[in-house]
Amino acid sequence: MSYIPEEQLITQAKCLFEEYLPKVETLKVKERQKIPCQEMPTQDPLVRSQNMEEVALGYSFEQARVEAMRCLQCVKKNCIEGCPVKIDIPRFIDHIAKGEFEQAIAVVKETTLLPAVCGRVCPQEKQCQLYCTLGKSFKNVEKSVAIGRLERFVADWERENGKVIVPFVKPSTGKRVAVVGSGPAGLVVAADCRREGHHVTLFEAFHKLGGVLRYGIPEFRLPNDIIDKEIETLHSMGVEIKTNFVVGRTRKLTDLIEKDGYDAVFVGTGAGLPIFMGIEGENLVGVFSANEYLTRANLMKAFDKKADTPIYPSKNVMVLGGGNVAMDASRMAKRLGAENVYVVYRRTENEMPARREEVLHAKEEGVVFCYLQNANRIIGDDKGRVRSVECVRYELGEPDASGRRAPILINGSEFEMEIDTVIVAVGNGSNPLISQTTPQLAVNKRGNIVVDETQKTSMDKIFAGGDIVLGAATVILAMGEGRRSAASINKMLAEAAD
Amino acid sequence: MSRILYKQQFSDDVFLMRLHAPLIAEERKAGQFIILQTDDDYGERIPLTIADADTNEGSITIIFQVVGKTTKQLSFMNAGDELPALVGPLGTPTHIEQFGRVVCVGGGIGVAPLHPIAQALKAAGNHVSIIIGARNKDLLILENEMKSIADELIICTDNGSYGRKDLVTAPLKELCEQHPKPDMVIAIGPPVMMKFCSETTRPYHVFTQVSLNTIMVDGTGMCGGCRVNVGKEVKFVCVDGPEFDGHLVDFDNMINRLNAYKDIERHHYKCFVKNAFKDEEVVL
Repeated sequence: MSYIPEEQLITQAKCLFEEYLPKVETLKVKERQKIPCQEMPTQDPLVRSQNMEEVALGYSFEQARVEAMRCLQCVKKNCIEGCPVKIDIPRFIDHIAKGEFEQAIAVVKETTLLPAVCGRVCPQEKQCQLYCTLGKSFKNVEKSVAIGRLERFVADWERENGKVIVPFVKPSTGKRVAVVGSGPAGLVVAADCRREGHHVTLFEAFHKLGGVLRYGIPEFRLPNDIIDKEIETLHSMGVEIKTNFVVGRTRKLTDLIEKDGYDAVFVGTGAGLPIFMGIEGENLVGVFSANEYLTRANLMKAFDKKADTPIYPSKNVMVLGGGNVAMDASRMAKRLGAENVYVVYRRTENEMPARREEVLHAKEEGVVFCYLQNANRIIGDDKGRVRSVECVRYELGEPDASGRRAPILINGSEFEMEIDTVIVAVGNGSNPLISQTTPQLAVNKRGNIVVDETQKTSMDKIFAGGDIVLGAATVILAMGEGRRSAASINKMLAEAAD
Repeated sequence: MSRILYKQQFSDDVFLMRLHAPLIAEERKAGQFIILQTDDDYGERIPLTIADADTNEGSITIIFQVVGKTTKQLSFMNAGDELPALVGPLGTPTHIEQFGRVVCVGGGIGVAPLHPIAQALKAAGNHVSIIIGARNKDLLILENEMKSIADELIICTDNGSYGRKDLVTAPLKELCEQHPKPDMVIAIGPPVMMKFCSETTRPYHVFTQVSLNTIMVDGTGMCGGCRVNVGKEVKFVCVDGPEFDGHLVDFDNMINRLNAYKDIERHHYKCFVKNAFKDEEVVL
């Protein structure tokens, strides 16, 4: 797929829209199948790889309605099965097809709180769109209805047209809920518990809210304005916000209940513990965890000349890993001026866990993918800086426990690449700060907090959810866990009041 | 937000500040640090060790030396000003028990973080010898505070302007040669000083604890920017430290990593100073 300019996509959509609008109520399955997929307009790859602005520009009004007309409105709604929070997808899409955007966003918001975020960052091709009947009829998931783009469209429409309504907050119950961590899970818990009339305090270790949405996901994929808007809503609802507060250090977890009088605590501290490869040379100057590289660039704004936080000047960058974080890091390196950026992945493109769209965007921006390859050791110069990376090659063997074909090392395949910066993006463990400072809290051997089906931990009144429970997962799953936790907290507090 | 309650200038580049931070004052233990920002939009996050705390006043004390833009900017702030971001206490507290004979070595600004540790060690019933050193008399800090704790206080300056004209490693070696030799040494100061203190005690097999001051971003274990080689392991200074066995720390790697951004930092500093004094002639 090659780059098509925005104007061209919009003009095409206008023609289609005029053609199909008269029969929107009567479209047959065959006709719907014939409507072409609406591509997401993007900034020109050559331009965008030099700026930090959002890559995907969002559907035009006509594109959204044409894409929505492709939905077959199946009786058996398989797509909903693929959605971790069970959005009534056909219903919201039907509203879009009819131009009823206000109703469409209302349907989405029945079950999700952050549609502008999820529409942008959910791996839809592995969730709702994987189950889409239309995609299945073409035996091609890329021809499924673009559910994520439509979700984004209505969420953006609501925000840009000033239609965001601050949710109704019930009269005060006098109960207090502490939410630890302001990532996707924490934001949802804060909103859901506040709605019930509880006093909610949101604690964040950093100086800015949003957790991984802020420090991890780059501006060009998820603009800060969107996170700010969500936080503004929480603020208007009366959620108390405490930044620069590390629960576990500034205050012990148990102190929140015993000394500060909170009736319930939600822990959503995320999977912030970078995993390194354990190879030679990994502590040389010029080797970074993706967390560090992205935090410097995103949260600390190192891309901006005004920022005090420096970013390492790079020419040849190697990113290790094949997930979304590896895509974000490689595309960020490109934007920060690297001439050559290589993503090195042990398996092939088919096994790569990254969102399909991110891989395509990275390629368009000039990121080079090196498959069936891995770093063996990092070689430094006399100043202890990265000079090159010795790599080895792999071939694919039989499928392993995860169902993916296991890469097998080819002996004697060592070769060297001239590299000055290595970014390690091979995953995150759970952040140990809370468990280290709260020995009573049960964690599994990976350090993830153990919870029951209501998200309650081994400790009274303490709940947990998101990546600290799941291990590094997705925004939508974290949000789902947040919803469930908030429901359990609200239920517990209601019962206590009776 | 955290208000600056008090500011005192020790020398050209060394300042003491008391900051309003009641929760940190209550929770902090010897060896822990804070991270602060002078601007929470574009500012960097810098770690500084807590030198003291006063729970009545709800304050913590920091002592810092101007080494770059943020510390320069901080030095321009005054009592009554608000710091936009202050977080802590971070890091694992110093393990305090009765070890017996302990030698505390502080170099330059490192005397500040050493102070609460020496205090706690003394309170735990240790015999505490303290060696403090600086380039010259003007740069020497906390002499009286240390004198009130120490069973024995040795002062060194590089130029002999006060106390012994020696590096701190010279009296440290002498103490290691005494009988009984020290049960433990704690050395805090510039990386090179900590490296050579560790080398001094190594032949005597005296356990030597150092407090590392690496580059950090979040300070909660999230970024790994502060990682160091300790023996065969990789440790994060912000959560596993800041204190480690000096005989196991790979100081050369740590020093290289500390210098990773030297050129950019120098540039930021120069631009800031030039801008701050744009109406005056400044020699950089």
